[in-house]
Amino acid sequence: MAYNLKNEMNKPERFNAGHRLCAGCGAGIVCRAMMRAVNPEDKAVICNATGCLEVSSFQYPYTAWDDSYIHTAFENASATASGVEAAYRFMKKKGKLGQDQNFKILAIGGDGGTYDIGFQSLSGALERGHDFTYFCYDNNAYMNTGTQRSSATPRFASATTTPAGVESVGKKQVQKDLTQIVVSHGSPYVAQTTMIGNMKDFHEKAHRAIYTEGATFVNVLTPCPRGWQYPAENLLEICKAAVDTCIWPLYEVVEGEYHLTYEPKKKLPVEEFMSKQGRFKHCFAPGNEWTIEAAQEYVDKKWDELLEKCR
Amino acid sequence: MSIRERLSGNEAIATAMRQINPDVFAMFPITPSTEIPQYYAQYVADGRVDTEFICVESEHSSLSACLGAEAAGCRAVTATSSAGLSFMNEVLYVAASSRLPVVLAVACRALTGPININHDYSDSMAERDSGFIQIYAENNQEVYDNYLMAHRIAEHPDVRLPLMVCEDGFITSHAIENIELEEDDAVKKFVGEYHPENYLLKAENPLAVGPYGVSNYYMEARVAQAHAMMNAKQVILDVAADFEKTFGRKYGLFEEYMMEDADIALVIMGSSAGTAKTAVDSLRAQGIKAGLIKVRVFRPFPAEEIAKCLVNAKAVAVMDKSEGFSGCGGPLFAEISGAMINEDKRPKIVDVVFGLGGRDFTVKAALSVYDRLIKIAEGGELGQVYSHLGVRT
Repeated sequence: MAYNLKNEMNKPERFNAGHRLCAGCGAGIVCRAMMRAVNPEDKAVICNATGCLEVSSFQYPYTAWDDSYIHTAFENASATASGVEAAYRFMKKKGKLGQDQNFKILAIGGDGGTYDIGFQSLSGALERGHDFTYFCYDNNAYMNTGTQRSSATPRFASATTTPAGVESVGKKQVQKDLTQIVVSHGSPYVAQTTMIGNMKDFHEKAHRAIYTEGATFVNVLTPCPRGWQYPAENLLEICKAAVDTCIWPLYEVVEGEYHLTYEPKKKLPVEEFMSKQGRFKHCFAPGNEWTIEAAQEYVDKKWDELLEKCR
Repeated sequence: MSIRERLSGNEAIATAMRQINPDVFAMFPITPSTEIPQYYAQYVADGRVDTEFICVESEHSSLSACLGAEAAGCRAVTATSSAGLSFMNEVLYVAASSRLPVVLAVACRALTGPININHDYSDSMAERDSGFIQIYAENNQEVYDNYLMAHRIAEHPDVRLPLMVCEDGFITSHAIENIELEEDDAVKKFVGEYHPENYLLKAENPLAVGPYGVSNYYMEARVAQAHAMMNAKQVILDVAADFEKTFGRKYGLFEEYMMEDADIALVIMGSSAGTAKTAVDSLRAQGIKAGLIKVRVFRPFPAEEIAKCLVNAKAVAVMDKSEGFSGCGGPLFAEISGAMINEDKRPKIVDVVFGLGGRDFTVKAALSVYDRLIKIAEGGELGQVYSHLGVRT
């Protein structure tokens, strides 16, 4: 059945209002859309790494999640999911769950819990091929502790541990390309997406990831108003700029085969993304023009490499 | 009917696991516990168990996977030693506070540094505040028996806490001894199946595990956990009573050896107790009233019960097989001193740290400690309250 936003929005919410995420935070949108991608007749277990989402969605005695949920620690969402998945296989094998009682095992973490401290656990679970889907809500820094740089922070972004100053133009290193690293694990389905338009791109990728057997991965660029310094209502505009500048290309890799899922009609300059956020403000100061040129050069190079892979 | 066998401690644990047939086993190797998952992998390969056996990439992940499995509604186990246990540290606390009764076999080994693969209790003692129940064994038979009792204690509704079955690295884990095994069916019947009340994969009623607990709730959760640990003491005794009725071997929270009239005593743990018992026998043969207490259950610590047993002694040496770096004695000494604090009548107590990193503990060494206690009991100098045994000068 073709994707229809209205139909999707008529589904009962599985990630409910009342959570404590900030206004203008992308993580709540990710969770709602992730849960819409689970077929209504299926149940889910969500394994969440420590972070903004965890402290905001399951503060005792309240939970925003309709489905079963487990949080154990920061760096082990994938290992925890591995155990849940092993238990699920065991129960299915022993007939302890009915034929119609199907669970989808989902893991979710921010870039801290995924790119960095949780990377070993993620890599192990991918290699073992547990039947689960990992969603990374990549907000480009350690937001729960107050915007410290992560390996997902892009070059030139000002973070509290890489602040801009007289001697600094923000973070020195480029963003780790985690999506590519996951592809290298041989995962049967890997995708990069964000929140644009009617959420079709997100939904289709999330659904395909969840319903592909094996360890699958969806990397979601997820703006953070506090860390990126933008007015809360600009979230979707920033996501759109990220894909139209090709800073965050939308693509999927199915059994190793690359497919571009969105190609901007006109590739916009990186300023269109950077100028909308306070974290890049210093790049527009006189004398720092070179940072924008360098950022553009890097984005162009990565984009060309991706197009080559998708050809 | 018992089966007479010859097994190492590791094989005894693996055998107990095979008989119990847990639902999920997440493993990562480390000396000297490695043989446990190796034996188990063969049981899996030979189709002797139904277990989902997953080879993860670290101890942090092995315990994390056990938590996921246990929360999902399954019985989950793992094994480790030394640095592996230290690497689990964070997750040990999560297991206990989430009230997930994982059973963890620990072949106790020194912590680095210098790096050392031999036995002492620096790994398990470092985790004494993690919220795990800890049960120690003198020999392979006790290791096996403790393992058979472990799940029933951990999973008991009044407890619901994870549990460490501790054996002495190499000394117990690798040395082969005669052992009495029980029939597979008898073990399965004794241990029973795991039926948690609530779990993640309960289709009709979802569960949320691991909340953020603000100050309004945190303390109540911790106190409930503390009460569970207090409850564990009676459950350990009840399970031991049923074990004795079923299999004939008797266990308490600790073992008293020649303590009825003892003037001098050691408080000791694990395989070293066997050595010290030989020293007690030779002293008794000379008419000297020596005895010992072998601590079996370290968490929950049987403070009142041990105090009652020690009040009539004149001099006691606490034998610490780990160095706590408190500057004033090892962890067992702190527990025993604390246990005696409100007794009007109490012995003189000294702490002897010994056997670190596998340093041999002989009957002669045990006798040297008793000699010192004889002099203290006769009114001699107490000497250094905190000292180290058998150190080269």
